[in-house]
Amino acid sequence: MFWTGSPPFLAVRSGDRMRATATKLKGRRGDSVLFDDISFSVGRGEALVVTGPNGAGKSTLLRMLAGLLAADSGSFTLQGDDGADLPVAEFAHYLGHRNAMKRELRVSENLSFWQRFQRPEDGQGLSVDAAIEAVGLSGVAHLPFGYLSAGQQRRIALARLLVARRPLWLLDEPTAALDSRSDRLFADLVHAHLAEGGLAIAATHQPLGLDRVIPLELTGIHRAATGAGEVW
Amino acid sequence: MMALLKRDLAIATRSGGAAMLGVLFFLAVVAVIPFGIGPDLNLLSRIGPAILWIGALLASLLGLDRLFQADREDGSLDMLVMQDWFGLVATVFVKCLAHWLATGLPLVLAAPLLGLLMNMSATSTGAVMLTLVAGTPAISFIGAVGAAIAVALPRGGLLVSILILPLAIPILIFGVSASYAAVTDPDPFLPPFMILSAIALFFAALGPVAAAAALKGASD
Repeated sequence: MFWTGSPPFLAVRSGDRMRATATKLKGRRGDSVLFDDISFSVGRGEALVVTGPNGAGKSTLLRMLAGLLAADSGSFTLQGDDGADLPVAEFAHYLGHRNAMKRELRVSENLSFWQRFQRPEDGQGLSVDAAIEAVGLSGVAHLPFGYLSAGQQRRIALARLLVARRPLWLLDEPTAALDSRSDRLFADLVHAHLAEGGLAIAATHQPLGLDRVIPLELTGIHRAATGAGEVW
Repeated sequence: MMALLKRDLAIATRSGGAAMLGVLFFLAVVAVIPFGIGPDLNLLSRIGPAILWIGALLASLLGLDRLFQADREDGSLDMLVMQDWFGLVATVFVKCLAHWLATGLPLVLAAPLLGLLMNMSATSTGAVMLTLVAGTPAISFIGAVGAAIAVALPRGGLLVSILILPLAIPILIFGVSASYAAVTDPDPFLPPFMILSAIALFFAALGPVAAAAALKGASD
């Protein structure tokens, strides 16, 4: 394990070396290259915000980072505080377009399932009730997830990131269906995550109000896969 | 992993769950046979074990395509695939187990009732139940492979059945022959039953690994 100090994930600034690094990532959909030669490096407390028009490959990039898609070329690695490579799948949360919750089950059942399924071995994370409270929905825990409105469902999906603490958040349009108040709530959650030494990579147009944001813009110029050259 | 088993069982037994669907289909298929064949009790008891086995096989195939598709539709599948290799194989194994508990076990429990409809003796019904206990998990485990391959297809149900059926035929053959051997005298019960159990164990080992590989490759 890479967390050797006593309060593992929270004792941050001392090591400060956990980094997520992408080198020369290339992604394509069918024959057209969506992006090429994407390189970035994100450290603790930093957020990378991916922007770009529809179809520019934001989701493709995030799924690639999560390991759900194989990269055409290039690599993405997560290095722990001691410099060793960590498996992204076990240290990253991926929040996609879909909420990963079962409509038939109660909100609390959904969250406690993910808590037990995704919690790291050292068991860090909020309790289910605290996470529901943190997304401002106390009182819905006993309802079936399907009864909630789209915005509430999204907020519960965000609560999943809180019940099992993982250092890297990969967020794909996290604020879809959220009203402006929830937008702020979400920005605060990301803020708190970064302040605790987390890393975030988000595809969003929502200003997060963060000081250490690395912008990455995908231009969405589609090119035939045979044509070489810079795309963005 | 216990959490996953609990979750899948909870989903299967809540409203709209697959648990009742399979067993109702089983009841419907087997219950219409006596009406179609006519009241020839000897014939019914002779074909009874085969009919029960065919009904159970079809009922097991019925909800199989939903095994991973439901998780894919709500996005859970991404989280399940985001694990190391061993974790993913274990996840598939647990999902198959939950699928069997929710759909296979009720078939076994419904068999005695349908045995009555088919005028089967107690021995014969017992033998069918025993072979179903050994055989239906095999269908779930190998079915997971088909379900994983067809996970991205919008209407993969038929494809899953067609992919799985050739592999499920040995299960049917040895299940039925063991059931018959229990009631027809010179035939030994144990050899076909042992082969059936061996097939089940083989599929339990092979199925989750193959399904995990298919899920890893199918992500888009």
